[in-house]
Amino acid sequence: MRNVPDSLLRHDKRHAWIAFAALAIMLLALPFATDALLGRGWVRIVDFALLYIMLALGLNIVVGYAGLLDLGYIAFFAVGAYCYALLGSPQFGLHWPFWIVLPLGALLACVFGVLLGAPTLKLRGDYLAIVTLGFGEIIRIFLNNLNAPVNITNGPQGISMIDPVRIGGFSLGSTHELFGLTFPSVHLYYYLFLCVTLLVIFVSLRLEDSRIGRAWMAIREDEVAAEAMGINTRNIKLLAFAMGATFGGAAGGLFAGFQGFISPESFGLTESVMIVCMVVLGGMGNIRGVVLGGVLLVLLPEALRHGAGPAQHALFGKTLIDPESLRMLLFGLALIVVMLVRPAGLWPSTQRRRELSPDEDVVHQEQDTVYDSSK
Amino acid sequence: MTAANNVLLDLSGVGKRFGGLAALSDVSLHIRRGEIYGLIGPNGAGKTTLFNVVTGLYQMDDGQFTFDGIAYDRCKPHVLAQAGIARTFQNIRLFANMSALENVMVGRHLRTRAGIWGALTRNAGARAEERAIVKRARDLLHYVGIASPHQTLAKHLSYGEQRRLEIARALATDPKLLALDEPAAGMNATETESLKALLQTIRASGVTVLLIEHDVKLILGLCDRVAVLDYGRKIAEGVPEEVRRNPAVIAAYLGGEAA
Repeated sequence: MRNVPDSLLRHDKRHAWIAFAALAIMLLALPFATDALLGRGWVRIVDFALLYIMLALGLNIVVGYAGLLDLGYIAFFAVGAYCYALLGSPQFGLHWPFWIVLPLGALLACVFGVLLGAPTLKLRGDYLAIVTLGFGEIIRIFLNNLNAPVNITNGPQGISMIDPVRIGGFSLGSTHELFGLTFPSVHLYYYLFLCVTLLVIFVSLRLEDSRIGRAWMAIREDEVAAEAMGINTRNIKLLAFAMGATFGGAAGGLFAGFQGFISPESFGLTESVMIVCMVVLGGMGNIRGVVLGGVLLVLLPEALRHGAGPAQHALFGKTLIDPESLRMLLFGLALIVVMLVRPAGLWPSTQRRRELSPDEDVVHQEQDTVYDSSK
Repeated sequence: MTAANNVLLDLSGVGKRFGGLAALSDVSLHIRRGEIYGLIGPNGAGKTTLFNVVTGLYQMDDGQFTFDGIAYDRCKPHVLAQAGIARTFQNIRLFANMSALENVMVGRHLRTRAGIWGALTRNAGARAEERAIVKRARDLLHYVGIASPHQTLAKHLSYGEQRRLEIARALATDPKLLALDEPAAGMNATETESLKALLQTIRASGVTVLLIEHDVKLILGLCDRVAVLDYGRKIAEGVPEEVRRNPAVIAAYLGGEAA
């Protein structure tokens, strides 16, 4: 055990609690602060950031833990979103309650995850990426064309007037007065998404440090060796696909309820690539890194969108480049720079840090040496 | 114990072809419980191919393969690992970005049960199992003699320790047969000596060892019995002293170098 004085340990613990409390208060106050400082539109962007963090964490299980490059991950998001939309909108006149539809969407996405996983088990690396990319496109094209001969998805027009998330009689789609505070709809969704994101983080953390998580990482590191050590790689890989897809489906359902309108356009290849970017840029396999990646990749383009125009005016007195195209340019540049400077991601996996800091093993070892020399 | 009961691994008439090349033809051998069995032969003789057949990486084309009284045919590596065959690799295949401890913990996978539910709830059963995994892994790291901190990434261990870590990982699967593919490759004399001691300890603990090795001195000093492969055929088998004097072996292998 570590030879740290008790007083220091208590000190450490108190610090952790203070940091934790500060973070909690910050997260609780975030929508109000954002609303006051930047406007309501930014609260909406923060909501989207949370949705994308959920997606990135789901994909992190497949890409970061199990090492299976999935370029069609948005398809599971689409499956969850359409499941929610079809069962909770005037499209079929169904208005099933949220707490049935959301798990159902997640479950359906899970089934699709296994359906995608099963035929691709033998593929690795680039080949897997290409097949998953195709899968993502197939789902989108299906959604685009399932309006004839029988109209299911309403085709490119998408589905509108989707029911907002309603928990009991409490609809998140309208403004509420609670504890003397006014909670607009975007604020309410923020808290819902925050809860779900925290749940997803919790699940990821628990899985990471478990027998299953180690099996995923073993497959990522060396599939042949993993199988030789008795890991049933087929089942464990399918489990990774299924878990990742479940998170994607749940995020999709929340997205549909939040947005009130979905169309195939929201589920294109760009979105898939964006989520992969979040995972890779943030630091594959590290939850904090993935969250950071998600936040940056949602906020950065938005900040550039709002900042690029005024900045040009200030510098040149007129708009030289359309802010919309400029922001993607700068965004691409930022990605390249990050990958050049920090190839392992902004916040790489903890293990590298772990081996730099002495831990109990070193102490053990030192004790052993002392013991040996005294013999 | 009867004679049949005494045999752990029994191969008869095993053949394996890659296209037109017969990498193994009609190889029969049996390994008894508790012995250290050596497999030698010149480069390209089919040692590693035989090894891969035994551990399920390759599927044999002809022959029978019985392990611990049960016939296995076209089995995946993980099924054979479950049955009790663990292996190391000629070119080290550790989980490079996982710690030494985690590498061994992965070896416990097939002897433990916790699933998603156990991972999420961390109930009493899952916690106890996890503690047992960590304890066993630590014990094994000490057992094979890895002095580096257990949290060191596998890729940062020294070469000799990586070889030992592979053995620890294989032992974590509770094998009946430990199959080692050139464990002494690239080791200096001192390292080879301590490896020899480790293998003797492992055998003394009741694990049967199958060993491929180029280091003839190690094989002759360590193995109870030796088989010699040449061009995919078994040309000799017996106690080391006997094999060393076998004219076919001298011609095929030792002679070429000793002359």
